Formats: sequence, structure tokens, C-alpha cells
Amino acid sequence: MSKTELINELKLAFPSYSVNEGGARAMVSAFCASLNPTVDELSDIRCAVSEAVTNSIVHGYRNTIGTIFIMVRLYSDRTVKIEIKDKGCGISDIEQALQPLFTTDPAGERSGMGFTVMENFTDSVVVRSAPGKGTKVTLKKKLSKLTQNR
Amino acid sequence: MLFSDYNVNIIFEDGVLTAFIKGEVDHHNAVAARRRIDRELEEKRPHELVLDLGGVNFMDSSGLGLILGRYSKASELGIAFAVCNPTPATMKILSLAGGERIIKIISDEVK
Repeated sequence: MSKTELINELKLAFPSYSVNEGGARAMVSAFCASLNPTVDELSDIRCAVSEAVTNSIVHGYRNTIGTIFIMVRLYSDRTVKIEIKDKGCGISDIEQALQPLFTTDPAGERSGMGFTVMENFTDSVVVRSAPGKGTKVTLKKKLSKLTQNR
Repeated sequence: MLFSDYNVNIIFEDGVLTAFIKGEVDHHNAVAARRRIDRELEEKRPHELVLDLGGVNFMDSSGLGLILGRYSKASELGIAFAVCNPTPATMKILSLAGGERIIKIISDEVK
């Protein structure tokens, strides 16, 4: 077994305007495309990133504009690691936030399914958060092996 | 602050209001789509609201919020509700919340 190495890295920082949701997921998925993922894998990554970025905009920086940081790392074993970080209000009860259909903003028609989507579309979701300090979501997804007839 | 110029095409025929949702349905665009559809719903008072998702090439849980929200709004007003032509990716999101069990889904181009 060869050692898993970091082969590429992308860092993004942008203000939490909702118009940036589309650009953020497009840039992350374009960067991941160098690993030759399947269409479905790329679509899952795009969706999971969109959820995390939207959370930072809608909840982390509610009623304010702050900076969202994204770091994407591609590894030689075809693992993609994506960190989405904000310095917003943080989450007081992470376990509750992870529950399907839980939302602090029903009037905004938030479905409460953001973390559920992230969990279903990636291999692992780790949330670190402290009230008043911010939130960091780390997503990991291992892409399927390259085959000739893809 | 940049606002969404997202536009939804709407057809009102035989008491059925069909909203053609297209492109990327995320939180940014869902806000504009919601406003447009609700305004038409209040004005036209159809007997059925249909969301045509055939032109959607991206949807996350904000799109799910838009669909479930329109379902509740239609139910409140006594209006029938259906979703038509969802792509496989859209169905994946819909079924995460069990949406396919409460919402009528039409997959045929011809209703």
C-alpha cells in the first residue's frame, strides 16, 4: 500500500451574500473534476457544499455579512476533503441541529434537511462549533476507482 | 446586496396554475421563486398548482423547502398540488424527506 498523499489544494474566501452560493459550489466541483469523479459523485459534492455554505449564510451570519472560508484537499487515494468555515454565531446544540427536519427558521421555509443531505451525499460529516465563535463543517468523500469504461 | 433575477414561467389554463422552475434552485433563487409563485397563487386562485421541475439542473434542500412550502400553502387554500417531471437528482432530494409519500408526482410529459 502506498502512502496517501495530498495532491492538490484549493482555498476560497468570500462574503456571505446568497448570490455566492452558486459560485462556491461550482468552483469546488470544478476543482474536484481533476480526479475524474462520476457525474453522480460530482452532483453529490455540489449539493453537500451548497448546504454547508447556505447554513453559514442563513444561520451563521444571520442578519449580517461575514466571510466564508472553504478549503478543498484532494488526496492520492481519491478522497476529497472539504472544510466550510464561518466566524458567525455558532451552534449551541449540534446534536439537535443534525436532526432531520430540525430548523431554527421555519418562517424562512428552511426544510431542516441541510445536514441530512450532507450526511447522505458524503461519507462523513464532522461539525465543530462554538456559540459566538463560528462553525466548521468538514465533509469527506472517497471517489470510486477509475475504470476504463466510465 | 445582490438580488436574484431568477424568473419562473407561469401558465394559467383551465384552472391549473403551472409554474416552470428551471436552472439552479438554491436558497438564493428559491426566495425569488417563492415570491413569484405565491403572488400568482393569491391572484389566480387556481384549483390546482403544478410545479414543473423538468428544467431544474440543480436543487438542494432549499428547493425542497420551496416545494414543501408551496404544498402547505396550496393545502391551506384548498388547492390541489402536484410536482411534475423531476430529474433523478431532484427525486433523490425529495425522497430524503419522504416528500414522494405526501406529494403527487407526475413523471409524464403529458398530464
